[in-house]
Amino acid sequence: MNNITSERQLVQYPVEPLPNPFSDVDFAKLEKSLLRPRTLINHLLSLLTAVMTLLALIPLFSVIIRLVWRGGQNLSMSVFTQLPPTPLEQGGGFGNAIVGTLIMVVLAMLISVPIGVLSGIYLAQAKIESSLASSVRFSAKVLTGFPSILAGVFAYVVIVRATGGYSAVAGAIALSILMLPTIILTAEEAIRMVPAKMKEAAIGMGATSTQTVWMVLLPTALPGILTGVMLAVARAAGETAPLLFTALFSNYWLGTIGHVDLMQPTASLAVLIYNFAGMPFENQVNLAWTAALVLVMLVLITNLIGQAFSRKQINE
Amino acid sequence: MSDHDQIARPPTHSQQIIDKGFRWLCNVFVWMSVLLVAFIVLRTSVAAVPAMRQYGFRFLSGTTWDPQTGQYSILPEIWGTLYTSLLALIIGTAFGLAAAVFLSEGFLGQFVFAILKAFRLDTRPALRTLPDNADALLKNLIELLAAIPSVVYGLWGLFVVIPFIRPACNWLNLKLGWIPLFGTTLSGPGVLPAVIVLSIMILPTITAISRDALVAVPPKLRAAAYGLGATRWETVLAVIIPTASRGIAGAVILAFGRALGETMALAMLVGNANRISISLFSPANTLAALLANNFPEAGPKQVSVLMFAALVLLGITLFVNIIGSVILQKASGAVEGGRERV
Repeated sequence: MNNITSERQLVQYPVEPLPNPFSDVDFAKLEKSLLRPRTLINHLLSLLTAVMTLLALIPLFSVIIRLVWRGGQNLSMSVFTQLPPTPLEQGGGFGNAIVGTLIMVVLAMLISVPIGVLSGIYLAQAKIESSLASSVRFSAKVLTGFPSILAGVFAYVVIVRATGGYSAVAGAIALSILMLPTIILTAEEAIRMVPAKMKEAAIGMGATSTQTVWMVLLPTALPGILTGVMLAVARAAGETAPLLFTALFSNYWLGTIGHVDLMQPTASLAVLIYNFAGMPFENQVNLAWTAALVLVMLVLITNLIGQAFSRKQINE
Repeated sequence: MSDHDQIARPPTHSQQIIDKGFRWLCNVFVWMSVLLVAFIVLRTSVAAVPAMRQYGFRFLSGTTWDPQTGQYSILPEIWGTLYTSLLALIIGTAFGLAAAVFLSEGFLGQFVFAILKAFRLDTRPALRTLPDNADALLKNLIELLAAIPSVVYGLWGLFVVIPFIRPACNWLNLKLGWIPLFGTTLSGPGVLPAVIVLSIMILPTITAISRDALVAVPPKLRAAAYGLGATRWETVLAVIIPTASRGIAGAVILAFGRALGETMALAMLVGNANRISISLFSPANTLAALLANNFPEAGPKQVSVLMFAALVLLGITLFVNIIGSVILQKASGAVEGGRERV
């Protein structure tokens, strides 16, 4: 091939130089320049979102600083052990409110955890397209946005009217309605995350579905379920509206040690803050701030415990 | 016992009975939780029947609330609920969506990385996870906003927000009082402080759900937009936000539901005045605050009236929440690879 071409007379055709494809391109224009509206707007928008995000966080810091500053002044052991003060009385505390909050939250847990976890088990075992399961899931999602005061209204109609008085039990039932959806949805998700082969292994060994649930699914999903419970508890502990006319408030202890009466009006931290915040007396307002500090600490610690559980689940 | 070390065996009779019982119990509890909403609606409606009979539609359209004469109507409260919630929604959406974009685009992480790179620290093993940690920290801080109880926000609003904004508000009223929005002075509690606190309370909802929607946008869409030469914000505004729009809409509607039902902060900050005013500085009232303030010392007749008001609130919030949940359910199905948010 090479020989043939070299022996032939090569004809020289005039070659037109190719036009420079970049002749009409202004390279300076392709440079990223802040003078161009496109890039300028890009940077301005980035700056704007950064500023807006920071602004959104200012209330958080403001709340925390105020709580520590104003609430911390009165923080002492006596606020945990004494009863709420009358106007102008020195000292005093909210020991009964802490006890009341704890009792009502624990009672609410006793109601909502069994119902919520068993419903979660049902949902996780049911086919994903089953109509009962999806309606439970849907109503749980709707209930997560349910106004908390309406849970109080419901508990008032069903419990306070029926038993004839405000009580810790009525408050706990109102709180349990608010805790239920969180527990159902997180329990379902945690149980669904258990590997199918573990479940199949148990069934293959001849375990009934109850045994599979109790010996395989629940122990494996426990951290996830506890996360949900802790988040629900944190929410319930801070709720005021459902307690206003179910547990009401009380200036006294819920009974003596060994004899606790759950069927009488009960104090709670949240309602104490609400009542004392509107008072014209300095000592009660100060106590409201201290109670708010204690309540926020309680809620944050519960939240942190819940997050620690969820990290455990992820690591496994 | 020849098969001593054999673990697999069929369930015994008693185990089968326990199994049946447990399944039955699960079924009962599931039905309980699905019927709870219906039961709540039913019991509240039954309790509201006497007031419905007595007042009828007048209850929704009148403007008086007078226990002395027994005249009750809740139009000012309905107005106040919608007005404060809508204003809070506008502010909350603007800031919440900005925070969601800021988080989902990883701006903070890139910023931290750029600083590290400028100091040539970006390859140090100890600092390599710093950008990711910064993003995670920011996300947790925004979620922390949701963890603070509403009564604490109310306390903060009462003693921090109101004194802080009052001079500015009264100055606006003095200079621009002819605009109806600034028509009155802020003497203490009022619409604006309530709206500010309410918008802070719904912001975490908007940010969390819309961030999930933004993160679920398939990465190839983003890559395609960058490949066509779009800037980062052209990508965000023209590709990512439209793709995630359903999730964002669901977030906004759910946040609206939260705002409508929020009680304590409003009961403390809105002023509990039975009036309809467009002024931002005028006191007003909302349905939830009305319930919170009047229920504890209500007589039997007034309780029925309050039940009617509770039923109206229940109707509005259930309607809004159901729409929001349906939109979110469709959104999580629509975006490929999007995961369902619980």
